Parts: sequence; C-alpha cells; structure tokens
Amino acid sequence: MSDTRFARLLAVALVALTLFNFPMIEVIERWSELSGVALVPVYFFGAWAGVIALAAWLLERESGGEP
Amino acid sequence: MSQLATLAILISLAYLAFLFALASWGDRRAEQGRSVIANPYIYTLSLAVYCTAWTYFGSVGVAAGQGVGFLPVYLGPTLLALLFLGPVRKILLIAKAYGITSIADFASARYGKSGAVAGLVTIVALVGSIPYISLQLKAVATGIELLLAHDGADAQGALGADSALLVALVLAAFSILFGTRHIDATEHHQGMVLAIAFESIVKLLCFLAVGVFVTWVLFAGPSDLLARAEAAGIVDRLHFSATRLGYADWFLLTLLSAFAVLLLPRQFQVVVIENLEIGHLRRASWMFPCYLLIINLFVLPIALAGLILGGTVAEADSFVLRLPLVHGQGWLAIVAFLGGLSAATAMVIVETVAVSTMISNDLVMPLLLRIRSLGLAQRPDLTGLILGVRRAGILLAIAGGYLFFHSVGEAMGLVSIGYIAFAGVAQFAPLLLLGIAWKGANRNGAVVGLLAGFSVWLYTLVLPSFVTAGVLPESLLREGPFGVALLRPTALFGLEGLHPVAHCTLWSLSANTGLLVLVSLLTRASDLERLQAILFVDVEQSRRTPRLWRGEAKVGALEELLVRFLGRPAAEAIWRAETARRGRPLDPDEPADAGLVERAERQLARAIGAASARAVVASAVRGESIGPDALLEILDETQKVIEYSRRLEQKSQELEAATAELRHANERLRELDRLKDDFLATVSHELRTPLTSIRSFSEILLDNPDLGAEERAHFLRIITSESERLTRLINDVLDLSKIESGRMDWQIGPADLAELVREGIRAAQGLVAEKGVELEVAIPDEPAPVTCDRDRIVQVVLNLLSNACKFVPRPGGRVRVELQRKGPMFEIRVEDNGPGVPPAARELVFEKFHQLTGDLNTQKPTGTGLGLTISKQIVERFGGRIWVEDARLGGAALCFTLPVAESPSAVRAAA
Repeated sequence: MSDTRFARLLAVALVALTLFNFPMIEVIERWSELSGVALVPVYFFGAWAGVIALAAWLLERESGGEP
Repeated sequence: MSQLATLAILISLAYLAFLFALASWGDRRAEQGRSVIANPYIYTLSLAVYCTAWTYFGSVGVAAGQGVGFLPVYLGPTLLALLFLGPVRKILLIAKAYGITSIADFASARYGKSGAVAGLVTIVALVGSIPYISLQLKAVATGIELLLAHDGADAQGALGADSALLVALVLAAFSILFGTRHIDATEHHQGMVLAIAFESIVKLLCFLAVGVFVTWVLFAGPSDLLARAEAAGIVDRLHFSATRLGYADWFLLTLLSAFAVLLLPRQFQVVVIENLEIGHLRRASWMFPCYLLIINLFVLPIALAGLILGGTVAEADSFVLRLPLVHGQGWLAIVAFLGGLSAATAMVIVETVAVSTMISNDLVMPLLLRIRSLGLAQRPDLTGLILGVRRAGILLAIAGGYLFFHSVGEAMGLVSIGYIAFAGVAQFAPLLLLGIAWKGANRNGAVVGLLAGFSVWLYTLVLPSFVTAGVLPESLLREGPFGVALLRPTALFGLEGLHPVAHCTLWSLSANTGLLVLVSLLTRASDLERLQAILFVDVEQSRRTPRLWRGEAKVGALEELLVRFLGRPAAEAIWRAETARRGRPLDPDEPADAGLVERAERQLARAIGAASARAVVASAVRGESIGPDALLEILDETQKVIEYSRRLEQKSQELEAATAELRHANERLRELDRLKDDFLATVSHELRTPLTSIRSFSEILLDNPDLGAEERAHFLRIITSESERLTRLINDVLDLSKIESGRMDWQIGPADLAELVREGIRAAQGLVAEKGVELEVAIPDEPAPVTCDRDRIVQVVLNLLSNACKFVPRPGGRVRVELQRKGPMFEIRVEDNGPGVPPAARELVFEKFHQLTGDLNTQKPTGTGLGLTISKQIVERFGGRIWVEDARLGGAALCFTLPVAESPSAVRAAA
C-alpha cells in the first residue's frame, strides 16, 4: 500500500525534476524570446503548482487507508 | 530615539514575550498529555522554519539581479518533500526506534555508536550554521538600521553600540531561555514547535501583506507592473538568462537545496526529531511545497517594483522593508520588520537548540566523561552541567555568527552566505543516505568521506568568501595558492564556468561519496558497526533490538545513572513505568536484565546522545562489551529461535495432516462397519432362500409318504440343487472373507494364461451346452506366461463365462473369449450379446451381492452375487485390473488383465 504510493510519488518527483531542468527550461526560454513575453516565471510557478496538485491528489485520494 | 524604530522594537519585544508564553503553554499541554501540535498542519508549518530571513529578505535581493535565480532553493525541497514517504520515512523510523536526538547522534549510532563520527558531524554542523546565523543577524540588524535611518537617526548614536551585536545578544538570551529550560526525558520540544509554527504563519502573512501592498496599491496589479517594468527596461530580468546560471549550476543548486531541507541541523530537528507521528509526513509531503510556493509568489513583483521605483540591486535585500517605508506606510513597515524578525528568530531558536544539543551530547559530554580524573561519572547530579554546556553551545553558535558577520558577512549578499551553510551540511548526505541504504558503509569510510568533503568545502567556498571580504588577498583566487593555477579555489583542477556554490557542491560531494565508498570497501567494520548497520538498513524488520549487554549491573546503579543525567522526577517516572511493566517493585540489589539495561541506555541516549549513553552505561555495567563471540552467540540464539519456530510450524502442519488422515481412516472404518452389517444381512437373506425351499420340500416329502415316485424324484432334485447352491454360496463367502482378511492360501507359481483360459472354458462346457450358447474362442497358440495361482485364475474365467451365459438370450446366445497381449499386460475379454451393463452400473457390478435384474431376463439370476467380487479380488491380487465395457457383440464385455511374467523362457521366446 505504502510502497505503491511512494512509487507514484517517486514518479511525480521524476516528472518535476524533468520540468525544472534542462531541456524544458531551454525550450521555454526560446519560446519566451520568440514571443517577446516573459514566460519563464509563469512556467516555473505553473509547473510547480501542477506538480504539487498532482502530489496532493495522489496523497489525499485514498486518505482513509493510512494514518 | 525616533518614534517608528522605538515602536518597532517595543512591538518586537512584546512579540518575543508572546512567543515565549505560547511555547510554555505548548509545553504544559504536552506534559498534561493534551498535545496541541499533534497534527500534520502544525508539523508542516514547523518544517517552514526552512524559510528564514534568507527567504524573507534575500530572495527579493536575488530576484532583483537574477530573476528566477532564487527558485532552486525552493524547487529542491519540493522534490525532497515528494520523497517524504520513502527515504525520509525510513530515517524517521530509525530515529524513533533508537531514540535519536540529532543528526550527529544519528550518524554516530549508525556507525557503531562512534564518538569520532558524532564529534566530527557536530563540528561540521556548528561551522556550517555559523554563516547561517550571521545571515539572520545581518538581516535583522539591517532592518533596525533602516527603521532608524528612516527616522533620521544614526544607528550607532541611537543604540550606543552596533545593532548586530544587540540583536545577537537579544537572540542569544531568548534562545537560552527558550531552548534550555529543562532537560527533557523525551527528545521532543513541543512548545518550541508550536512557537515556530506560529512564526511560520506570521512571516507568511507579513510577506503576503507587503506583496499585496506593492502589487495592488503601489501598482495597479501584475499587468501594470509588467508594463512599467518593460518601460523601465528591466523586463530582461524575467528571462532565464538573467540568472547567469548554467543548467549544471541550476541542477546542482536544486540538489543542494533538496539536501539542505533535511540535513540542516534545524531541519533535521523539525523533520525527524520533533516529529510526533510518522503519518504526518503524508500530508506534509504536498503542503510543505505549497507553503514554499505561496511565500515565493510575490518575490518577483516586489523585486521589479523596487527596481522600477528607483531602488538599486545592491539595496534589493531590504526592498521588503524599504518599499513600505519609502511610501510612508509606517505600520506596514513594522509588519514587514516583524515578519523578518519572526523568520530570523525561528531559525536561530531551532538551529541553536539543535546545535547546542549536539555540542553537549556528541562532543563535550563524551569528552568530559572520558576524562577520568574529573570523576564525572561519580557526580550525584549532572543535569546542571548538561544545561550549562548547552547554554555555552548556544552562545558559541551566536557569537560565531556575529564574528562571521563582522569579518565576512557585511560584504556579502544574504543568499551567498546562506549557500555556504547549505554546501556545508550537504556533506552529511553521503554518510546518511548511504548509511540507511547500504550495510557496507562503515565508520572509517564515513569519517574519511566527511573530512574530505568538509575540507573541500572550506577550501572552495569558505576561503573565497574571506577573499571577497578582503581578509585574504585576491591573488589567491586569480592565481591560486603559491601561483599553482590548478588549485585555484573556485576553479579547482581547472574546472571553470560553474557557479562557485555549484563548483563546491560538485567537488565536495564527489570526494565525500567517492571516499566513503572506497574506504568502506577497503577497511573492516567492527562487530558493533556491522550490527548497527543491520539495525539501520533493515529497520522495518529489526524493530526489536537484540539484547546487547551481557554484563552484570545492579538495578540500583542504573537508577542512580538516570537520576544523575535526567534529574530525579524524570528518572522516577521511568522507574514507575518499569515497575508497572514487571508488576512488582524493583530491588536495587538485584541484577538488571538485558532489557532493563537497554531501556535505560535508550532513555539516556535521548538526553545525552547514543555515544555518551553507551559510555555511561558501560561504566555502570561491569561486563564485557560486545565481542565477536558474544555477537555470534546472539546471532546463534536468534537462529535457534527461528529454527524452533520453523520446526513448530512444521509440527503443526504434520499434526494437521495426521488429523486429516485419522479423520479419513475413521470414515473408512464407519463405511466398513456399515458394509459388514449389509453383508451379514444379505448373506443371511441369501442363505434363507434355499434353506426355506429345502425345508418346505422336505416337509412335503415327510408329510406325504404316498407321493408318486416321479414327483418325489422331482422334489429331491430341487432339494439337491438348492443344497448345491447353499454350498456354493458358503464357499464363495468363505473365499471372499479369506481374501479380504489376507488369510487366503495362494498357490503362486508360473503359469500359461492361454492354458488357464482353455481350462476355464472346458470347465464351463457343460453350462454352455446347457444354455445352447454359441462360443467363439480367440486364443493365440504361443504361451502367455504369467505368475499367479492357477486354480484361482481358472475360477475367474469360469465366473466370467458363467456370468456371460447367464445373460445371453435364449436361443441365439453368443459368447466370445479372447486373449491378447497389450504392452506389459495380457488382456482377456469375455463378450456376450446380452442386454449389456448400463454405464452407471459398471462399477457396481463388482460389489458384493450386486445382481443385475435385466429387463430381458426376468428370471431370477442363479448366481450368488459374489462371483465378480471374488474375481476382482483375485485379479487385483496379481496386479491386474478388471472392468466392464461395451462388447462388439452388442452386450457386455467383462475384461481383465494380468501382467506379463518376464521369465527367462519368456525373454527367450521374445528374442
């Protein structure tokens, strides 16, 4: 039970690691330069919020099971 | 002194007093067993002690110059928080199982309760927290100076001393009051946790208040802010390139921050030591990142606003305070200052409690206890000494922070100072994380790795900061020591282009991890180390510690120890619990058992750390410490217990099987009993029928002497034939009972089955002729060697033939006898063209007295009903099989087999 849950969160952490690093930052930086809009802060806070929401959903979904 | 600053200082002092009251209330509630902090929300807020003055003031400072460059410090912890249910949970399990009091204690316990590891970790932690504490002093002092300057006063003149020193003194006094009120028998400081959770709310709300003011009062919302930033030409700060960080820097800073959120002494304190319930980790796993996200929302807006409104990047560390001040919002400025103060005090309180506990438990007390001439182990009460050492530790840490601030910190930004501390404590990561995952990591490896990482950290990060401060010449960085360019501290071995912190992280952690692994592989661990490694790595399996002490200790001596180190009330509480556990009072003169010694050591470990506790208990326990033999014995005992339980399991399985067998046997017996009754009833019935007719005909003959000769002869024939039937029946019953009871006298020998079948046919000749049956015989000419009782097999053939003749129609009855070899068996088939046997009855015909009453044959069968039963017994006795199937002639085929006898002559015949 706990192991499955941790495995899922590990996956979320890997997704977060990908989102917060090269090459995603490079991609957003390019888009930002092309469009002239400052996307980088929006991207970081958006991705961050998304990761937290995903983790919260996974952790709270079956909260009855574990303390 | 000016109005605003006075007000701010008064409010601050009132705030600190309130915190103190709050903490006392929290402690009282904990003592009454009605904890107010036992929920995941307070736990999450207490983790937010991570956000210090660095976050509160420094993030804006970084953002003003480098845009999103402040983010790795919060993204790293987010990643680690997602792993709360994995490695962090394991660390918590271990800490709870073994009464760990600090990160030094944890490391020492893992590496064989080693005093060297504990001391080394304490020194690194102390040295690492000094820049961090200086950062807090600097931030608060700057705040006070700003408030004073706003009122037009000169800080030096107004306070009569430098503000940083005053701040340091107030914080030191507060921390001493706060952290060393008493020695806890438990490692939890519930009041402190409540206070810092409250501070986390205060700093968040204050920062948000400033953020909202800046964004919606000074500007007309985010889009206005963005437009004005564009107009001011500073929108490039929002690009990633503004961070001036490479992707490797970015990654390494994130990694560093992820380590810091667990390994900073105060973080380890709140995450691990102060945790009341492991289950709280689950919710904190997402709520803590949430807190970090929210407190960072307004960092960029405040930074941009400060720049747009004419601030410089150099001043940006104090934008949070400056913006309300400059725009005449005195109250908001006080709120902003209060938020910063709460961030700083929370950090200093927890950090000094954590570090001073380590200094007393893991550095000073073990050393003092080791110096025999001091005779400490014999002193009646040591609680005062322990408290004194802790207070000195707090003073030392804060004094160090003040000195660092004066010599170095004034020239550096808040975040640069903070990163130095991060990289310092990150040196604990290899020994801690490998320590809980790899049993092979040993003390030598941990010490060498930590020393190497610590040295690299000092050389590549701390040394350059002294250069920046002008304490050391700049040529050291440009040309390297003694002009050796390869050894330049910020470009070690020529590695250039990395951020200094990333550069330090890379080299120090590589050296640390590499040497830890290498030395662990090359050196031998002591027995205690290996045992502790197993206990830590397999914590889930080994929650029950093996008994480690085998010496002699008096109960009274242990009690005395507890009183000396924990104070009388705490010791008495523990003793009451022991008495309750045993159900009888403990006699001071009786020898303490291993469990009691171990529990006493654990209680002591909570107050003075694992290494000291071990030394202290060793002094009281007059016994050998653990050697290879003792360890082997423990292992052996465990092995025996395992073996015993395995055997027990096996026994119970066997018992179950035996029970099942017995039940089966019992059922079989009941069945046999029932069969016996049936048999007796049937036999009696079968005997009565012929007897009745014999009797009635005899009576007729007796009563009517004048019967005609022919009639008389007829009656006598009936009597004779019924007597024969009786004889046959009795013979059959005798045969059957002999066979079944195993008393049959078998005449076993080699025989030719073909010959036996022919003999059987000859014996049945009369019957066949009488019934007018057309008999076909298909028996090969060559001999069919078998091993059997000749007469019995003839009897079987005869039985089958007479059975067949009984059922064939008259006239037109046909019977066919066939013998052939099928593999290792001879098969004899006796087929007829009678009514056949329905499939359902094919098993039943071999049961005793089972007689078919066929439709075609309404006449009562003349057999005894035992023929086929006897045949079956005989055939099976010689390893054959008998059964019924459909015949080619249309009726039933009764078949049986006998194994081919591999006699020499048969082999010859086959060849």
